[in-house]
Amino acid sequence: MTLLRTIFLRLLTTAITLFGVAVIVFVVIRVVPGNPIAMMLPPGATEADIARLQAQYGFDKSIFDQFLIWLSGVLQGDFGTSISLRQPVSKLVLNRLPATLELSIMALLMAVLMGVTLALIGTRFRDGKTEGVVDVTAGMALSIPDFLWGLVLILLFGVFWPVFHISGRISPALNVDFTTNFYLFEAIARLRFDVMADLAAHMFMPALALAIPLAAIVSQLLKQSLKETMHLDYVTLARTKGYGENHVITREALPNAILPTLTLVGVQFTFLIGGTVIIERLFSYEGLGNMAIDAVINRDLPLIQGIVILFAMLFTLVNLAVDMLYVVLNPRLRHA
Amino acid sequence: MRDARGDLRRPVGLRLWLSGGWLTLLVLGAVFAPWIAPKDPLMQDLFLGRLPPFWESGTEPGFWLGTDSLGRDVLSRMLYGARLALEVAMIAGTLTCIIGAALGLIAGYYRGWPDRIISRFVDIWMAFPPVLFAILLIAVLGPGLWSIIIAIVVIDWTRFARVIRAEAMSQGAMDYVASAQVAGRKRFGTMLTEILPNVLPTIVVLLTLEMGIAVIVEAILSFVNLSISTDSPTWGGMIAEGRTSVHQAWWVLVFPLIALFLTVLSFSQLGEGLKDRFDPVLR
Repeated sequence: MTLLRTIFLRLLTTAITLFGVAVIVFVVIRVVPGNPIAMMLPPGATEADIARLQAQYGFDKSIFDQFLIWLSGVLQGDFGTSISLRQPVSKLVLNRLPATLELSIMALLMAVLMGVTLALIGTRFRDGKTEGVVDVTAGMALSIPDFLWGLVLILLFGVFWPVFHISGRISPALNVDFTTNFYLFEAIARLRFDVMADLAAHMFMPALALAIPLAAIVSQLLKQSLKETMHLDYVTLARTKGYGENHVITREALPNAILPTLTLVGVQFTFLIGGTVIIERLFSYEGLGNMAIDAVINRDLPLIQGIVILFAMLFTLVNLAVDMLYVVLNPRLRHA
Repeated sequence: MRDARGDLRRPVGLRLWLSGGWLTLLVLGAVFAPWIAPKDPLMQDLFLGRLPPFWESGTEPGFWLGTDSLGRDVLSRMLYGARLALEVAMIAGTLTCIIGAALGLIAGYYRGWPDRIISRFVDIWMAFPPVLFAILLIAVLGPGLWSIIIAIVVIDWTRFARVIRAEAMSQGAMDYVASAQVAGRKRFGTMLTEILPNVLPTIVVLLTLEMGIAVIVEAILSFVNLSISTDSPTWGGMIAEGRTSVHQAWWVLVFPLIALFLTVLSFSQLGEGLKDRFDPVLR
């Protein structure tokens, strides 16, 4: 009963947050100087043409009315029509979402893999030189944001030792007749190894750039909790039973130490998704973030609104999922 | 035990010295840019386009770090670019700090409805992708130094508000605050004279880190060509140019990138170093 109540309250605050985001975006982008409609028409268009288009996009009404119309559309799944691309926003956005999701999930997996490995190495060889190296590496990785790591990677693996593609999501020459835009997942499902290799060669650097700072956070926190767990009685018991250090760390300490890290990864995952905006731009990766920057430059109000709301929904959903997971995994909270 | 602590202290000192040293160098370079820059940062000469740095063959005297595709001197543009980067770091960092810390202090110490309102806004802010939000604000405000500063303050105040709120909350629960209250102090006075000095070390650390973040945000905005007017030299603008011509002239990307890398690293190492200094457990 209390669990249901917690979930209900959480859903309610999520809805309020999303509503707040919608209001702020709506107000902010309507302060934009410059008439987006005038920019779409060829020079020489008459006042009547402009007025007609304004009415078509609803820009002739008050902000409050525009918001109500937009909101009732959104609740029915209609996000309006993009001004620059002249297609429904929902269609454009859903076409790009898979690219961004695949990139984010790949980056998350890389971050967890690297972070956990670093933490295990640091714990296995603690109080020695290796731990110092691990600490300094993580500290460096954490201080530098994804944008800079992206540029460093472009130089290293795109220019001086060109092994990966520095722009795009997939080679245009490749024949891909997939039914969804989840190219990577579909390539895996269809066992198309050529597509998988091409996607990986494009995705590796942007995903790594996003993953490095998160990997550093994961390794720092996990190493900290591993170190604390290593002093607990049950770990000492496992040692006295004669288990080796590797077994004690991975089988006894790790399952207990990983819970706080899991929560943190969830929260940090939203920052990672936010980072895709500039990383996609840097690597000319055809995802939502790249489209968002174009939308801002083109003053495409309906498209900007749609993308920001979608990002906000992703963020709040991830946070919600983390909270739920935490309640489910942590028995003490279930009956609190 | 004493040895271990000695080891712990030494890198802290070195870290502070190195990062402080680079930042001092940068401030000097930025302040004296008009006197020490070897060339005019805006001067174009298509005959001198894409000259390599001094140690390679085919250079021209005076262009130490080479030129970009329009023949503009990379070193001079970096020195002038440092001016904007540091201006943004100082002004935006300080303003973000003052606004965010004030709101965090109020929310954490007064609790009740001010806390509920501020925390609700923090929640909403956390649902925005920060880079997209910044780009959106610049599109609204129009390019310019103050637009960048406003954008940074608007997107990043929550960073201070969240941390300072938690700190103020834990300080507010301590006995010394209660005794100040019993002694007849006003709530607002207690906040300024008792809570603020105790959260000040955290504020200083966050401010240092924020300056590094401001430098990055400015670079990202000029990278997508939304910073200040396009002819002013900026590190982000140079990086964007270098990114497109990286296969022909790597130095246009590499040198501003190194400058940006060292600056961001220095601010964050300075912040971490200060954090260790202030932390009574480590001291």
